[in-house]
Amino acid sequence: MTTFLLIAAAVLLLAAFLCLYRIGQGPTAPDRTVAIDILGTLVVGFCCIMALWTGQGFYMNIAIAWALLSFIGTIALAKYLEGRYYDE
Amino acid sequence: MNETAAQIIIGVGLAFDLFGCIGLVRLPDVYNRVQAATKCVTLGTCFILLGTAVYGMSAAMGIKAMLCAVFILLTSPVAAHAIARGAYKSGVRLWEGSVVDLYGEEKHPSRPPDERTEPAQAGETLGAGRESG
Repeated sequence: MTTFLLIAAAVLLLAAFLCLYRIGQGPTAPDRTVAIDILGTLVVGFCCIMALWTGQGFYMNIAIAWALLSFIGTIALAKYLEGRYYDE
Repeated sequence: MNETAAQIIIGVGLAFDLFGCIGLVRLPDVYNRVQAATKCVTLGTCFILLGTAVYGMSAAMGIKAMLCAVFILLTSPVAAHAIARGAYKSGVRLWEGSVVDLYGEEKHPSRPPDERTEPAQAGETLGAGRESG
C-alpha cells in the first residue's frame, strides 16, 4: 500500500504542477481562477492520500475545511471578475 | 480485499484528476477549460474520497470522507458556473471554433456575435428581462 500511495502522491503532484502551469501562463484572469479552483480540489485528494499514509484521522478534517474555504474563495474571485454589479 | 478495492477506486480517481488537469492545460479557451477540468477533477476527487472510505481505516475517517465528497459534489459545479459567468461578463471572448453562444444570444440578441461578451451599454435593449439572472 505504501508504494501505491507514493505513486498516487506523485500523480497528484504532477496534476498540481499542470495547474500551476496554467496559473502562470493563463492569458486571462478567469483562466487563473479556474486553475486555483482545481488546485484546491486536488489538495483535498492529497489530504486523503496523507490520511491513508500516516493513519491520522485529522487530515480528513483538513480536507473538509479546505473544500469549503476553497469554494468560498472561488465564489469571491468570480464575483470580483464580474466586477460591475455588486448588488446582484 | 478492502485494500485492493480501495487501490482500484483511488487509481480511477487519480486517472480522472490527471486527465482533468491535462484538459486544463491543453484546451483552447476558458470555457472549454472550466468544463473539462471541473467535471473530471470533481469526479476524480470524489473517487479518491470514496476509496479512502472503502479502505476502512476507521469509521470516523470514512464518515468524514463521504461528507467531504458530498461537499465537493455540491460546491464544485456552483463554483464552475460562477467562474464561467464571471468570465463572460468580464469580456473574455469565445474560442473562434465555438459554434453556439446561447447565453449571448439571449442576453444581447441585437448585437453581432463578436461583440456579445462586451458589457452592456446604457440604454441598450436587453433580451427578455434576463439581465438580473
